[in-house]
Amino acid sequence: MQDLKSLNDQNDFKSLERSKVSSLEGFRDAYILHLADTTLILAQRNSECCAHGPILEQDIAITNISLDLLGQSRNFYQYAATLINQSTNQPVTEDNLAYLRTEREFKNLLITELPNGDWAQTVLRQYFFSVYQHLLYEQLEKSNDEQLSGIAAKALKEINYHIRWSSEWVIRLGDGTDESNKRMKNAIQAIWEYTGEFFMPADYEKICFEKGSGPDVRLLKEKWLQRINETLQEATLTTPGNIFMQSGGKQGIHTEHLGFILAEMQSLQRTYPGAEW
Amino acid sequence: MTQPEQHIDFTSTEKKIWGLLETVPDPEIPVLSILDLGIVRAVKVREDEVEVIITPTYSGCPAMDAISMDIRFKLIEHGYKKIKITSILSPAWTTDWMSAEGKRKLAVYGIAPPMFRSDEGLGRNIECPQCHSHNTKLLSQFGSTACKALYQCNDCKEPFDYFKCH
Repeated sequence: MQDLKSLNDQNDFKSLERSKVSSLEGFRDAYILHLADTTLILAQRNSECCAHGPILEQDIAITNISLDLLGQSRNFYQYAATLINQSTNQPVTEDNLAYLRTEREFKNLLITELPNGDWAQTVLRQYFFSVYQHLLYEQLEKSNDEQLSGIAAKALKEINYHIRWSSEWVIRLGDGTDESNKRMKNAIQAIWEYTGEFFMPADYEKICFEKGSGPDVRLLKEKWLQRINETLQEATLTTPGNIFMQSGGKQGIHTEHLGFILAEMQSLQRTYPGAEW
Repeated sequence: MTQPEQHIDFTSTEKKIWGLLETVPDPEIPVLSILDLGIVRAVKVREDEVEVIITPTYSGCPAMDAISMDIRFKLIEHGYKKIKITSILSPAWTTDWMSAEGKRKLAVYGIAPPMFRSDEGLGRNIECPQCHSHNTKLLSQFGSTACKALYQCNDCKEPFDYFKCH
């Protein structure tokens, strides 16, 4: 037992950056990393559509959304890096946090790491997420943490466009042809069980809520369901009833898909540490 | 050129720096200076150090790094040595900070300038920068850069960029 433990400790120190990050992470850092990872992973997923969109305009649209999300995640990573640097003399950068952490350290929502599937699933996921993100950031804007408030206020303007664009697609496909309607139904079936995690607070979220730096995500559920329901109705689709909801992403317990995303996203920094454009 | 009101009382160095910043173009829309865009929020001069405070247009605007570098080069070129570029997020940038001159230059360049936020939703159509018709339609809410949407004129049929209200 003792041997196994010391072996594990040794393994942990193999990656200096990793130990730097995980050992110093307080609850606030964990919360900010959750916000950063969620937006980064969805940005990475959406960017897979680049040059593969159904038509040029929509290719540009989803890539622009990806860029907005990436910008938001950079703001969070930069802030997390600043805080971690204040509490250590082993400085980390936004790049360390994005490129040198492992699956178990990533705290993104599971829904963001799911494969894009077809176009129906890609736009439906974006719609579910954008409505949630809007409700969340409206509250985050009231945070007593000025930096989080500033990042949220900035992002809200962008999210408005994401909601408008993705809701139009959900309606167009749901209330479209038999084929597009069927695709949208399949998409709902495929990803609905990942929407419950939006509203299941992790320990770090509860503590940040108590300290006034983050919202209580449980309170966002009713409004979210109401908005989703309105759009799905307009799209001639049905909101599923209560089913078992997946969770774990916020705690670093992921689907098998995240490892593949990280392998691709991080390969350059891991092969050529410190490489720059 | 418009400058935030709090800087009416310039020192002569600050005035010079504002003048230099007026000559730094936006890397993606080079007809606009960074002052036209309203992204320079303040200039502070302390002894030998110059601090320029800027705010990003969009969270993911890839031009911000280039803009910081361009400001630094411009100031170095004019003999300033200690330069600090600080990026702040709040208050969040809005297209309402774009100068009237900036909007005029945009239209001449072929990009429809943003309406005021308060005018959005009043049902006014975007004016075609080519033939000035208001008979235009939205092609895509997302255009060639994060800050633009793609429109088309129903009269002259030209597609054009609209600088989105933000």
